[in-house]
Amino acid sequence: MSTARQMDQIKGGVHTDVRHDSAVNHVTGRSVFIDDMPNVPGTLHGALVKSPHAHAVIKSIDLNAARELTGVHAVLVADDIPGRNDVAPIFEDEPILAKGLVEYIGHPIAAIAADSMDIARAAASMVVVEYEELEPVLTIDEALERESYTSPPQIMRRGDSARGISDAPHQISGEVRCGGQDHFYLESHIALAVPQEDRDMLVYSSTQHPTEVQHGVATVLGLPVNAVTTEIRRMGGGFGGKESQSTIIAALAALMADKTRQPVKLRLARDDDMVITGKRHDFLFRYEVGFDDTGRIEGIDILMASRAGNVADLSSSVLVRALCHGDNAYYLPNAHIHGYPCKTNTVSNTGFRGFGGPQGMVAIETVIDHIAQDLGTDSDDVRRANYYDTGDRDTTHYGQKVTDNIITEIVDSLSREIDYPARKAAVAAFNQENTILKKGIALMPVKFGISFNLPTLNQAGALVHVYTDGSVHLNHGGTEMGQGLYIKVAQVVASTFQIDIDNVKISSTNTAKVPNTSATAASSGSDLNGMAAHDAATQIRDRMAGVAAEHFEVDESEIEFRNNRIYARNDSLSFAELAQLTWEHRVSLSATGFYSTPDISWDDETMTGRPFYYFSYGACVSEVVIDTLTGENRVLRSDILQDCGRSLNPAIDLGQIEGAFVQGMGWLTMEELWWDEKGALRTHGPSTYKIPGSRDVPPEFNVHILEDAPNREPTIFRSKAIGEPPLMLALSVWLALRDAVASVGGHGHLPNLDAPATAEAVLMAVADIQERAGDGT
Amino acid sequence: MPVRFQLNGILIEESEVPPSMTVLDYLRESEGLKGTKEGCAEGDCGACTIAVQLPQGNVEAVNSCLMLVPQLDGLSVTTVEGLSQPDSPLHPVQRAFVDNHAAQCGFCTPGFVMALFAFEQSGEAATAETVHEAIAGNLCRCTGYRPIVDAAMSVDCVPEKHVPPALEHSSHYTDGDEDFFAPTTLTELVKLRLEHPNAYVYAGGTDLGMRASKDRESYGRVISTSHVSELKRVEQSDGSVTLGAAVTYTDALPVLDEIAPSFAELVRRIGSRQIRNLGTIGGNVCNASPIGDTPPCLIALNAVMIVHGPKGQREIPAEEFFIDYRKTALNPDEILEALRIPLPQPDMLFRAYKISKRFDQDISAVVGAFALEVEDGMVKSARVAFGGMAATPARANACENALIGKPWVFETAIAAGTAISGDFTPLTDFRASEDYRMRVASNLLRRLYHDSDENDFVTEVMSL
Ligand SMILES: Cc1cc2nc3c(=O)[nH]c(=O)nc-3n(C[C@H](O)[C@H](O)[C@H](O)COP(=O)(O)OP(=O)(O)OC[C@H]3O[C@@H](n4cnc5c(N)ncnc54)[C@H](O)[C@@H]3O)c2cc1C
Ligand code: FES
Ligand code: FES
Repeated sequence: MSTARQMDQIKGGVHTDVRHDSAVNHVTGRSVFIDDMPNVPGTLHGALVKSPHAHAVIKSIDLNAARELTGVHAVLVADDIPGRNDVAPIFEDEPILAKGLVEYIGHPIAAIAADSMDIARAAASMVVVEYEELEPVLTIDEALERESYTSPPQIMRRGDSARGISDAPHQISGEVRCGGQDHFYLESHIALAVPQEDRDMLVYSSTQHPTEVQHGVATVLGLPVNAVTTEIRRMGGGFGGKESQSTIIAALAALMADKTRQPVKLRLARDDDMVITGKRHDFLFRYEVGFDDTGRIEGIDILMASRAGNVADLSSSVLVRALCHGDNAYYLPNAHIHGYPCKTNTVSNTGFRGFGGPQGMVAIETVIDHIAQDLGTDSDDVRRANYYDTGDRDTTHYGQKVTDNIITEIVDSLSREIDYPARKAAVAAFNQENTILKKGIALMPVKFGISFNLPTLNQAGALVHVYTDGSVHLNHGGTEMGQGLYIKVAQVVASTFQIDIDNVKISSTNTAKVPNTSATAASSGSDLNGMAAHDAATQIRDRMAGVAAEHFEVDESEIEFRNNRIYARNDSLSFAELAQLTWEHRVSLSATGFYSTPDISWDDETMTGRPFYYFSYGACVSEVVIDTLTGENRVLRSDILQDCGRSLNPAIDLGQIEGAFVQGMGWLTMEELWWDEKGALRTHGPSTYKIPGSRDVPPEFNVHILEDAPNREPTIFRSKAIGEPPLMLALSVWLALRDAVASVGGHGHLPNLDAPATAEAVLMAVADIQERAGDGT
Repeated sequence: MPVRFQLNGILIEESEVPPSMTVLDYLRESEGLKGTKEGCAEGDCGACTIAVQLPQGNVEAVNSCLMLVPQLDGLSVTTVEGLSQPDSPLHPVQRAFVDNHAAQCGFCTPGFVMALFAFEQSGEAATAETVHEAIAGNLCRCTGYRPIVDAAMSVDCVPEKHVPPALEHSSHYTDGDEDFFAPTTLTELVKLRLEHPNAYVYAGGTDLGMRASKDRESYGRVISTSHVSELKRVEQSDGSVTLGAAVTYTDALPVLDEIAPSFAELVRRIGSRQIRNLGTIGGNVCNASPIGDTPPCLIALNAVMIVHGPKGQREIPAEEFFIDYRKTALNPDEILEALRIPLPQPDMLFRAYKISKRFDQDISAVVGAFALEVEDGMVKSARVAFGGMAATPARANACENALIGKPWVFETAIAAGTAISGDFTPLTDFRASEDYRMRVASNLLRRLYHDSDENDFVTEVMSL
């Protein structure tokens, strides 16, 4: 790989602050999202008929009135599906249209294609369905009770947790819950299916997983995979919500297009998007812990029960990641961490930035707080006593050695930088003087595993062409949802060829160009696709070097690519001239690149292995204030130190850190999914579901990227993944809120504060502590 | 009669589209201007923000998803496409966004750019406070806002002084069997109301607009109040302020700032600038929502509703105006003409508190409004009203009784707070539980007490 000297010379190489490739198009409104594509004449618009019941048998469906409405072209139900009615990403039997049984409120029953969206929606309201209602199971607790799961429970075990707990000097047990979260990407789900010759289908889908969309459409239409092409230039946000869920929308659009032989656009209105598609899993945790006088954990048992919803979708994978992050940064000698994906009559939950990791950390961070409370010590000391270390304290409960541990360094560095002890003292002093407002402060580290848990998924492909004028075409399997993947991979290619980034044309992700891809997920986008593109570019560069060597009559080792030119001793050619020459020499200027992450393994039976190629680290201190009269609360300051390895693009990474943190903060504070007693989601639009606004961002928000921290593994230019890890730093906000609530009772009681810590939850926790502290005012 | 407006500098005379068509649909589908996005169709995300210049010259941000095409009559509209041409330099706001890495996925970006364009045209100084207020109606899920706020703070440019063209007013726009009446006098308005009892009286449309935007309904007939001069007045006379029913929140704020700063502060938290530029207090009152923000304040301030019907004018005290869940004392043939707020006496303690999940742009769980006269340490009179506690905004009589005639001390505040449980039995819903509403309502008396004592400590998280 290139040296620093060379990188300084081209525009837009790796490790520089290149702006997002679409920046100008975004600010001028010229970026084309799927709904902005020019309307092909004859394009129809889709609408869905949704179940009003959480659990019911469909007795009959009368489609006649809807079919007769002028402007309606197709009204389709499960029986109209030519292929298999199943788009399950992992298991089986996850239909796109209900087959006789509806399992959540919003469950699609029929799809309608009409001349306009208004006509389609009007027709949807004319479909008459007769139901026989069944008892719904709505909560995690009910499903646990009935042992009703979407896939078998998953268990991680090391040592003897029962012994570890009972033999320890101290024991505690408790329960905590965290809520789900809607992705609230600003662009809701959309797909445009355009029928081609011979029943082939071209689908523009707002998806993080074009290959799965391709597979889903092929399955539903009963076609071989090669008859379907998926393309996506950009999404208006994804966050995991468009990993598996977009397949449902795309398959429905394709079904309607296949039947009508006209292009069909299916765009979910915001409320439909929130009601029909999955969210972050909410979790219930129950724990039992044994620890010594310093708070060091000797044995732990954690039950993690997630609300999977009506079908499995990705729930089993989300659960594994939760189990794998039930340690966060702490060594758990004897551990039994067991997970249950609860089947409920609510929408099927799915991946969301962090993919179970953040939830797993809620459990262990609560445990740490609880231990500190029990011992009457500082939770920071308990954290420190439990950090992974070298020697016999360096292996996770699933058997992976933590070889790149920088937890103590990163925590100490942050703590020094902000004078954490003084900040804690200032908070305590404030609380002495104020009876109504109370402050809280917390520090927490994050250790997050990078790679898809399932080794197979850790592969990527790319396609690079160099044209004879020296311009470069770049394509890879990763998708762009705002995170800056396209620009990072383009930087890799620019650096590899040593040409200015303006010469690299970024192109839409397309399953016909790069096949069999993994989802752009698990923070892996630039790790995987960057490497694949680097591989492709390197192949071409080597061929070009061969041509140059022949041309200059020197040895290939004397050829140097530098600053848009190719040098050989005192001679040189421009990159364009060499491209032309390479063509004249009849040498290929096109290559496919491939990458598969080395050295990873996972045994599904024993739930052990090395699932993660490396870990990403970070630390955060947050300070909050609560109003003990109303529960209103606010983050006053957050300081972050985040490990990005050698960042490919510090400006982009900074945006990922800040965005993830604020999103995490929303999850843990104001974002509340509220279901009524019938199982209807009542917070299904921004008027009722509140994500953070600009004023909610900490007024003092200092984010720093850890310097001089190249990845110890040979990742792409020694960078680290960044998409998910910083989201979990927001747990410091939740912990600080708990600290503020605890201060009300003089820190004598553990607060009963779950997530999200809404104003209401905070006030109730304050009241509860006041009651326990015997102070009724 | 066609509606006439300017769109990115070009005069449009529109007579073809249905009056129920939203401006957002119009821009995207009829005009092919796809830069303006739909993120929610309910006025809450700001992705659809455009800027309109009023005939008086001021430029305001509005949500195009909630606005109907005939509401554009007489306005000059700028969309993101109008800010800079493909081959010319970016507008300073756009430039600042690019330089600050303020766009990630880009879907929210045009809306933010337009909200900040309007902000910058207003000539206000950019501080953290003004910028947060200016973008409170815009959601971004990607960036975490820091770079957007930085971009807003870095824009340094002088508002352009465009003189909007004077366009002929369209008093009746019709298409098919739909009508949009836009009378200019009270007499015409009252007459139209009598002739079309089923028509919607339409002020800003920030409540009604949802029917077109989200529910995709056609209205049939609409009577707009926006051009009725009598309904646009803001008058201050000795002893009271009169606000026409069609005065927007934005236009009412300067006078509210003067007469009741705490009320003004609460009004600044109603929706967003986009909403306040269209929405009216008249609409808020006639909507009669139990969780509307202004009714409790108006009740506590002892405001009077001036209503007008075929038989002329009559007055209804605010507390008698809200007769049932979303039902007012207006007769079917009457409209609200104005509301009159008596000027609070200088020694009156008036406070309005809004409690919601999010500080900005959120519907209240509870609103408490308190008007106390304290003389020689004793509470002489008290008017206390709440929203979110019952099917209508209402006075809290038991609470008031626990205050009147008592010394204004901490124990009185506690007792008055406790007394509220005799006034209301609130509901549990997704905004708040019964228990929470009751505790908060009661605790607000404590906040009021501390607030009234200048030497006391800070009581609100936002004041830190
Ligand atoms: C995103 C968003 C945020 C909001 N936030 C808040 C908030 O924080 N607090 C809050 O209280 N409300 C809020 N609202 C609700 C709404 O904005 C207010 O109620 C607003 O005041 C309505 O005024 P309008 O002029 O838009 O009314 P319109 O929608 O035009 O009308 C509302 C009702 O009043 C009737 N009406 C209007 N004028 C008259 C008249 N002169 N005579 C007789 N009837 C009349 C109409 O027929 C209709 O029934 C919000 C709405 C949105 C979309
Ligand atoms: S589309 Fe969200 S505010 Fe208009
Ligand atoms: S940049 Fe994606 S929502 Fe703002």
